Amino acid sequence: MIKRYVNFSNLFKIALRALSNNKFRGFLTMLGIIIGVASVITMLAIGQGSKRSIQSSLSEMGSNMIFVEPGQGMMGGVRQDASSMQTLKQADYQALLDQSEYLSDITPIVSAAGQAIYGTNNTPTSMSGVNASYLNIRKYTIADGDMFTDQDIKAAAKVCVIGKTVVTNLFTNGEDPVGKVIRFKNIPMRVVGVLTEKGNNSMGQDQDDVILAPYTTVMKRISAINYFNNISASARSEAVSDSAQDEMETILRKSHKLADDADNDFRIRSQKELLTMMTSTSDMMTVLLAAIAAISLLVGGIGIMNIMYVSVTERTREIGLRMSIGARGIDILLQFLIEAILISVTGGVIGVIFGVGVSLLVKFAAGWPIFIQVYTVFLAFAVCTATGIFFGWYPARKASNLDPIEALRYE
Amino acid sequence: MAKNIIEVINLKRNFIVGSETVHALRGVSFSISAGEFVTIMGTSGSGKSTLLNLIGCLDTPSEGDYKLDGISIKQMNKDERAMLRNRKIGFVFQSYNLLPKTTAVENVELPLIYNNEVSARERKRKAIESLKAVGLADRLYHKSNQMSGGQQQRVAIARALVNEPVIVLADEATGNLDTRTSFEILSLFQELNQKEGRTIIFVTHNPELASFSSRNIVLRDGLVLEDTVNKNIASAHEALQKLPKLDD
Ligand SMILES: Nc1ncnc2c1ncn2[C@@H]1O[C@H](COP(=O)(O)OP(=O)(O)OP(=O)(O)O)[C@@H](O)[C@H]1O
Ligand SMILES: [Mg+2]
Repeated sequence: MIKRYVNFSNLFKIALRALSNNKFRGFLTMLGIIIGVASVITMLAIGQGSKRSIQSSLSEMGSNMIFVEPGQGMMGGVRQDASSMQTLKQADYQALLDQSEYLSDITPIVSAAGQAIYGTNNTPTSMSGVNASYLNIRKYTIADGDMFTDQDIKAAAKVCVIGKTVVTNLFTNGEDPVGKVIRFKNIPMRVVGVLTEKGNNSMGQDQDDVILAPYTTVMKRISAINYFNNISASARSEAVSDSAQDEMETILRKSHKLADDADNDFRIRSQKELLTMMTSTSDMMTVLLAAIAAISLLVGGIGIMNIMYVSVTERTREIGLRMSIGARGIDILLQFLIEAILISVTGGVIGVIFGVGVSLLVKFAAGWPIFIQVYTVFLAFAVCTATGIFFGWYPARKASNLDPIEALRYE
Repeated sequence: MAKNIIEVINLKRNFIVGSETVHALRGVSFSISAGEFVTIMGTSGSGKSTLLNLIGCLDTPSEGDYKLDGISIKQMNKDERAMLRNRKIGFVFQSYNLLPKTTAVENVELPLIYNNEVSARERKRKAIESLKAVGLADRLYHKSNQMSGGQQQRVAIARALVNEPVIVLADEATGNLDTRTSFEILSLFQELNQKEGRTIIFVTHNPELASFSSRNIVLRDGLVLEDTVNKNIASAHEALQKLPKLDD
C-alpha cells in the first residue's frame, strides 16, 4: 500500500479553523504569552538601552583610556594614610614617556577645585592640570584660540583653556574670552583658548565646566604639591589595551623600585574595566528582569496546555469522526500541535508588537534609553514556537491516542 | 455472480471488562458481494455495532479474519487501517457527527482532506457533487447547526459517499429521525444502491426495514441467527407516498 504523507497545509487550515471558531478563548489563552513576550522584549530593551548609554558615555569620555591612580585603594574600608596617595611623581611620567611602546598619549592630571572670577562674575568650577595630550585622550578640541604649549608647561605659565560653561558663567556680556585674564583661587590666569562644546555625558555631568592649565602651574602655583592625582593615557589601539596596561605596570613598578613580592602602590584601571564594572549591574538587572519575564512565559505555556486539554476533551467526538474517515494518529497529533503553536506564535507576534510599543513609549514618555536588539525578537518567536510544541505535545498526544470507537461514543 | 467484497471468516471479538470477558461476537461468517444492500438486525447487545466496527476497520478481531476487497486486515497496522477507511469505507452514524459551525460542503470535504491525491479544487467539486446526489444542492453553504436532523443525516451520507467507497456502513442511521424522514433517508439509500450500485450495510432495530433491503442478517448473542435473501424488495419511495400526509 502506498505511504501517505502528512499534508501540512490541510492540517494548518484545520487548526486555523478551530481557532477562529473560538476566537475569544484563543485570545485569552494567548494573553499569557502576549504578556510574557511583551515583558521580555521591554525588559531587554530597557536593560540593553541603559547598558548602551553607559558604554557610549564612557566612549565619549575618551578612547582606550588607561588611568593610574596612587595608593592601593580602600583596603578593607580602611582609609590609607596621606603619603600613600602621593606616589605618582614626575619621574613616573617621564619613565612612561621614555619607555612605553603601547601608549600613544600620556598626561599627568592634577586637580583643583575652586572659584573662578572674572570682573564681577564668579563661578565654582574645577581646574585640571594637564598637558596637551589630554585633549586627545579625552576627545576635546579647541574652538577658539590655542592650547597652551610645552613651553608654557616648562615655565609653569599662568595660562589656561576654558570650557563653554565657564565662558557662559564668566563672560556674561558676550566678550571674547581669549586673551582675557581670569582669576582662579586668586591666581590670575590668561585665557589662551576655548574648548569646543561637548555637552553633558550620559550620566549628566557637564563636560564643559572645566578649566585646563599646565600641570606644572597647578602643582607649583595653585595646589603647591609635588605629586599627581593620576596619570591618564591612551593605548595605541583597543587591541593593545591589555598589553599597554601590563607595560604600564612594569614601568611603574621599576620606577617605584618595588621588590618582586611587594604590592603595587598604584592602581591601573582601563576604560574597558570601567565599562565592565559599570555595565555589570545593568547586565545583572537584565538577566533578573528577563528571568521574571521568562516565568510569565512559562505560565502562559501552562495556560496553553490547559486549554488544549479542554479542547481535546471537548472535541473527542470530532477526533473520533476524523479517525473513522481516515485520519491517522499523526494527522490528529499534528492538528492539535499546530493549533497550540498557532496560539503561542500569534501570541508571540502580538507580544512583540506590544513589547516594542511599550519600549517606545518608555523611551518617549519617560525618556529612558531603549535599545531593541533584533535577535531578541527572533528569540521571542523561537521561544514561542518551542513553548507551543512543548505544552501542546501532551494534549495532542492524548488526542492522537484516542480509540476511534470510544471517541465516537463519547458524550 | 458479482465479486465478494467482504469476507467475514469465523470472526470473534471479546471485550475484557475487569475480570470478566464479554463475548460480543462468537464466530460470525458470511460474505457480501458488490451491489448488495444488507440490513443487519438483532436485539440490543447482540453484537451489531461490534460487527460493523470490525467491517469498517475501526476495530480488530480477537479471532478469525476479515477481508475487504480481497485484503486481509489482520496484518494491518493502525495507520494502514486508517488509510483503508479513508479510501474504501463510508460511515454514516446514528448521531450524524457533523463538525459544528461548519458548512455542508466543508463537512463533506472532510474525508478528502486526508487524501493527498485530491487537490483542494477537486475536493470541493466532489463535495458539491456528492451533496447534489443526496438532494442538498440548495443547502451547500448552510452550517450544520442550521439544518434539520434529516438534512444533517443527508450531509453525513454525502460525506460517506464523497470518497467513492467500496462499501457504505450505516449504524442506526435513521434511529434519531421520525418515520417520514426515516423513509426519505432509506429511499436515498435504496436509490444509491439501485442506481449507482453502491454496496450498503445498514444496521437497524426496526424489523420493518428488512423488506427494503436485498438481504437480511439477524444476529443473536454474537452469532448469526438468520441470513435471508429478499427477492421481493419493497420500494421505500412508494412507502413514503403511502404515509399519511401531515397538514400541508
Ligand atoms: N468497548 C466495549 N467494552 C466492553 N464491552 C463491550 C464494548 N463494546 C461492546 N461491548 C459489549 O458487546 C456486546 C455487543 O455490543 P454492541 O454494541 O455490538 O451491541 P448492538 O447490537 O450494537 O446493540 P444496540 O442495538 O443496543 O446498539 C454488548 O454486550 C456490549 O456490552
Ligand atoms: Mg449498536
